Amino acid sequence: PTRSCFIFFSFQQRIEIHKLRQGDNLILGFSIGGGIDQDPTQNPFSEDKTDKGIYVTRVTEGGPAEVAGLQIGDKIMQVNGWDMTMVTHDQARKRLTKRNEEVVRLLVTRQSLQKAVQQSMMS
Amino acid sequence: MSAAMDTESTYSGYSHYSGHSKKAHRQGRDRHKSPRSKDGSRSEKSVTIQTPPAEPLLGNDASRAEEGQDDNWGETTTAITGTSEHSISQEDIARISKDLEDSVGLDCKRYLGLTVAAVLGLLVFFTPIAFILLPQILWRDDLEPCGTVCEGLFISVAFKLLILLIGTWALFFRQPKADIPRVFVFRALLLVLIFLFVFSYWLFYGVRILDSKDTNYQGIVQYAVSLVDALLFIHYLAIVLLELRQLQPMFTVKVVRSTDGESRYYSLGHLSIQRAALVVLENYYRDFTVYNPALLTASKSRAAKHMAGLKVYNVDGPGNNASGQSRAMIAAAARRRDSSHNELYYEEADHERRVKKRRARLVVAVEEAFTHIKRLQAEEQQKAPGEMMDPREAAQAIFPSMARALQKYLRTTRQQQYHSMESILQHLSFCITNNMTPKAFLERYLNPGPTLQYDRDRWFSKQWTLVSEEAVTSGLQDGIVFVLKCLDFSLVVNVKKIPFIKLSEEFIDPKSHKFVLRLQSETSV
Repeated sequence: PTRSCFIFFSFQQRIEIHKLRQGDNLILGFSIGGGIDQDPTQNPFSEDKTDKGIYVTRVTEGGPAEVAGLQIGDKIMQVNGWDMTMVTHDQARKRLTKRNEEVVRLLVTRQSLQKAVQQSMMS
Repeated sequence: MSAAMDTESTYSGYSHYSGHSKKAHRQGRDRHKSPRSKDGSRSEKSVTIQTPPAEPLLGNDASRAEEGQDDNWGETTTAITGTSEHSISQEDIARISKDLEDSVGLDCKRYLGLTVAAVLGLLVFFTPIAFILLPQILWRDDLEPCGTVCEGLFISVAFKLLILLIGTWALFFRQPKADIPRVFVFRALLLVLIFLFVFSYWLFYGVRILDSKDTNYQGIVQYAVSLVDALLFIHYLAIVLLELRQLQPMFTVKVVRSTDGESRYYSLGHLSIQRAALVVLENYYRDFTVYNPALLTASKSRAAKHMAGLKVYNVDGPGNNASGQSRAMIAAAARRRDSSHNELYYEEADHERRVKKRRARLVVAVEEAFTHIKRLQAEEQQKAPGEMMDPREAAQAIFPSMARALQKYLRTTRQQQYHSMESILQHLSFCITNNMTPKAFLERYLNPGPTLQYDRDRWFSKQWTLVSEEAVTSGLQDGIVFVLKCLDFSLVVNVKKIPFIKLSEEFIDPKSHKFVLRLQSETSV
């Protein structure tokens, strides 16, 4: 019989998204939730329910964010060097949707699931 | 001070009167008592037997001769009564100051107490009048004339004495509700105070005024007025000590009946243990359901069956280790897998079902019976169609239709001893007279009521003994336990102090109630 244990750990990743032009707007292809003015207990992606950071709640298929490797549930720590851990929801949106920027570089934190399989003593 | 009084008295720690052998004698005494006292029945039920106060000594002597058979009668009985408060405590003062022995006999003491109380009362009342009148009588010619001032003082003395008289009558002239083992400490204290006070006034008066034949009449009258004023203040002190002090609740007592565990809580103020016992007993008759010995037999038989059938054999050799044997029996009985709990459960469920069925039958029968009766209005009474009946006859007419159902129900709930046919008929005619519904008629029978509701013969609880480790005149304290025993059961009373409550305030500005929505926005970028 084998015993397996699951290890949770988070690692940071830098993601570079090139914005897509749709008409007059530059879109990134994902949705954000969270902020210091929001209710953190309703965030399904955060591990700590007092975490008021910005989380990725949806990633549109085939959009620039998915292409760049952004995943649902990621916590955005920085956008182009600006800190996103203590911002309001609206400030976060503004920082992501600056009209004069075509590329945004995000620092995200992701919880990852790793399965380690161990042989038991008996076998 | 109460301890000093206790050690000086020669009475035993409890008061106990064995009722069984004295039953016939007791009835004789009660017959003497009932026509005399206004509420004789009420006082009779409470504590120990009381002989009638101030009865002709001849009758009392005869009764005393009968009791000579019981050697311990004088020592074990403390039955004190009187028609006024003064008599109870005066008796104790007499006891302390003269150190009376038990063999004198209770009747003599009571008589003595009554006369001493009456004498003291009259003395106190007529002292101011005597102070005013004596100079007029003895050396009238030498007195200085004293006009309107003195007349004003006369009027004030008269009215103050009247007020004092009314106040004393209101406060002290009451039928005693009960016999208590020991004297009321505060009453004795007050009477000693009054006696010393009046005595000192007389002393002063005798030396300074009578001997020297003081001619300043106004001064004498003012002296008398000061006495009356001081008496009014003592009366105020009496009200505060005897009536007001125990009104504020300080203790909560829990009273548990030993036979079936029925319990109640009461709030009491600063009282002595004997007075607290009195309060508990007065409330017992009103609040506790009547003691029914028929309900107690089931648990005893269950317990007996549990231990039955176990025998101890000693196989290791001779040696009679009794405690070891009993411990072995208890262990074996505990381990034994019997189904007595099963029996109890099914028996109780069965009994409940039976009671409910009988109750339903009873309710239906009574409702039907009540429909046969109609009240005649005044106008209809003149032109009555059939024969008119008074309530008693009406009750007798409808009783047979419900009698059987009622009797069966009473048998099932084991209450049949408490209701005789005569009492049921009386209650029925009472209900008919007062326009009561069938349900109102039945409320007396469906649930066992308090002891006061039933006939005095079924009470099982008329004489009480107070068993206490502390002196019964000492005040209530937290943690005191005392027991009120009567022949069949006892009430265990546990005293707890009401906790000290720390109450603080917090001010909330009505404008400070503000709310915010719980946001959870999602924005697509």
